[in-house]
Amino acid sequence: MALLDVRCVSSGYGEMTILRDISLRVDPGEVVTLIGPNGAGKSTLLKTIFGLLRPTGGQILFEDTDITGLNPPALVRRGMSYVPQVDNVFPSLTVQENLEMGAFVRHDSFVERLEEIYAFFPALGLKRKQRVGGLSGGERQMVAMGRALMLDPRLLLLDEPSAGLSPRLVRIVFEKMAEINQTGVALLIVEQNAREALRLSHRGYVMASGEVRLEGEGSQLVQDEEVRRLYLGGRR
Amino acid sequence: MTELIAYGVVLGSIIALGAIGLTLLYGVLRFAHFAHGDLMTLGAYVVLLLNADLLPALGIPELKLGPLSFGGRMLGALVVSMAVTALVALLIDRILYHPLRARRSSPVILAMASLGMAFILRSLIYIIWGPQFLFYSQELRPAWELPLAVRLKPDQLLILVMVLCLVLLLYWFLQRTKLGKAMRATADNPQLAWVCGIDTGRVTAWTWVLGAALAAAAGVLYGIDAQLRPDMGWSFLLPLFAAVILGGIGSPLGALVGGIILGVVQQVSTAFLLPTYKPAVAFLVLILLLFVRPRGLFGGT
Repeated sequence: MALLDVRCVSSGYGEMTILRDISLRVDPGEVVTLIGPNGAGKSTLLKTIFGLLRPTGGQILFEDTDITGLNPPALVRRGMSYVPQVDNVFPSLTVQENLEMGAFVRHDSFVERLEEIYAFFPALGLKRKQRVGGLSGGERQMVAMGRALMLDPRLLLLDEPSAGLSPRLVRIVFEKMAEINQTGVALLIVEQNAREALRLSHRGYVMASGEVRLEGEGSQLVQDEEVRRLYLGGRR
Repeated sequence: MTELIAYGVVLGSIIALGAIGLTLLYGVLRFAHFAHGDLMTLGAYVVLLLNADLLPALGIPELKLGPLSFGGRMLGALVVSMAVTALVALLIDRILYHPLRARRSSPVILAMASLGMAFILRSLIYIIWGPQFLFYSQELRPAWELPLAVRLKPDQLLILVMVLCLVLLLYWFLQRTKLGKAMRATADNPQLAWVCGIDTGRVTAWTWVLGAALAAAAGVLYGIDAQLRPDMGWSFLLPLFAAVILGGIGSPLGALVGGIILGVVQQVSTAFLLPTYKPAVAFLVLILLLFVRPRGLFGGT
């Protein structure tokens, strides 16, 4: 059984179609990476899955339930979380308040979960009462990921989690993603650091101009001549 | 001079109540709500209706409260008026602003719609209550001599106490409650709030409730201190916006401080200039401060 099953989905902004007949799946506990050039529609696909854009065609299943057209609050309740690429924290709120907002739909006490997140990101535990606006880029990314993990999701969508970070922080973000996955959370990642991301991934999809061009195991895509030439060549 | 400062603080605290609501609404809804002053007026006249007509007709007696010019019935009427004004604001949002937001209208369109609503509210008040000045009470109460040569009427002290209570209550709400935090989060980043699963529609509704209730309280307190006129709220609109900008747009604390600074500056200026120049002095201060801090006192991130 697939955790997430995207079937022939088309989507875009208004009249402008960006995605054409996209199909992909994420199995429980799996790490799947989407790579491809800028404008391939990777972020648009994440937004469509998470209900920020309404698909113009196709169907999206999550745990065998049709979630096509459901809005983010409904999806959050079902066990899916999303970390946008930019503006993914509340700058004037404290670290703790940011995490609390991640658990907004929970009506019971989430103190335990909060401590688990701090244990997972020790750097945040020391800055609970600080406003996120004053934190470094790496710390903000930790806050954004921590916030998305507050509800203990089964699927986490991450849009370019390492964008704009220093090489050292990129490594830390990748380590954290591996650790998150080890707790049983499936990840669907859009990444510019394609080589690193594919190494971490069980499987990957290569997208170009709104379509899926290639699908394969992470290690296999890293080796693939065409993928190397087109997407990995110029980069580290 | 200390007396003028004291009057300024009273006036400023009333401006602050209105400005806090305005800044909260701007933060969450992202448009300048030009009908805010007229919500103040509405709140003031609803209390007049309740306290002078409805409640006495129901046989509810006024409970005298020591040296104040009004009593317990008036305070009850204030609470009811805050609720009524909040309901009116919710209704206006439902029939006017919500459809515009659903069509993704620009903030300018929403601001212009609220300007139209300001005229509608003011005209309705003219039609119902007439253009003349009205008073909650004609009783004259002697002012108290306080230390530092400050003379304040008991009513004015009560205004300060009530503003303080409302501000502390609001601070507690925004900092400690889940809904209050969600309101600040939505003001920070509405899209991310939606992504977190926050019901932004509910947050919007509660922002209207808070903003309108505070506006109603401000209108009533001004009515207690001065008099009721159909254009009272309209004439408050410029000081309200000035206080919001002075404090930093979107910051409730900034609106509070900005309001009090404006109130004091306006009153103190009357020692040197004709009272007619009060608004001009307020704007001079605003312009000077914006040269030094372009984002206002508490605007930054």
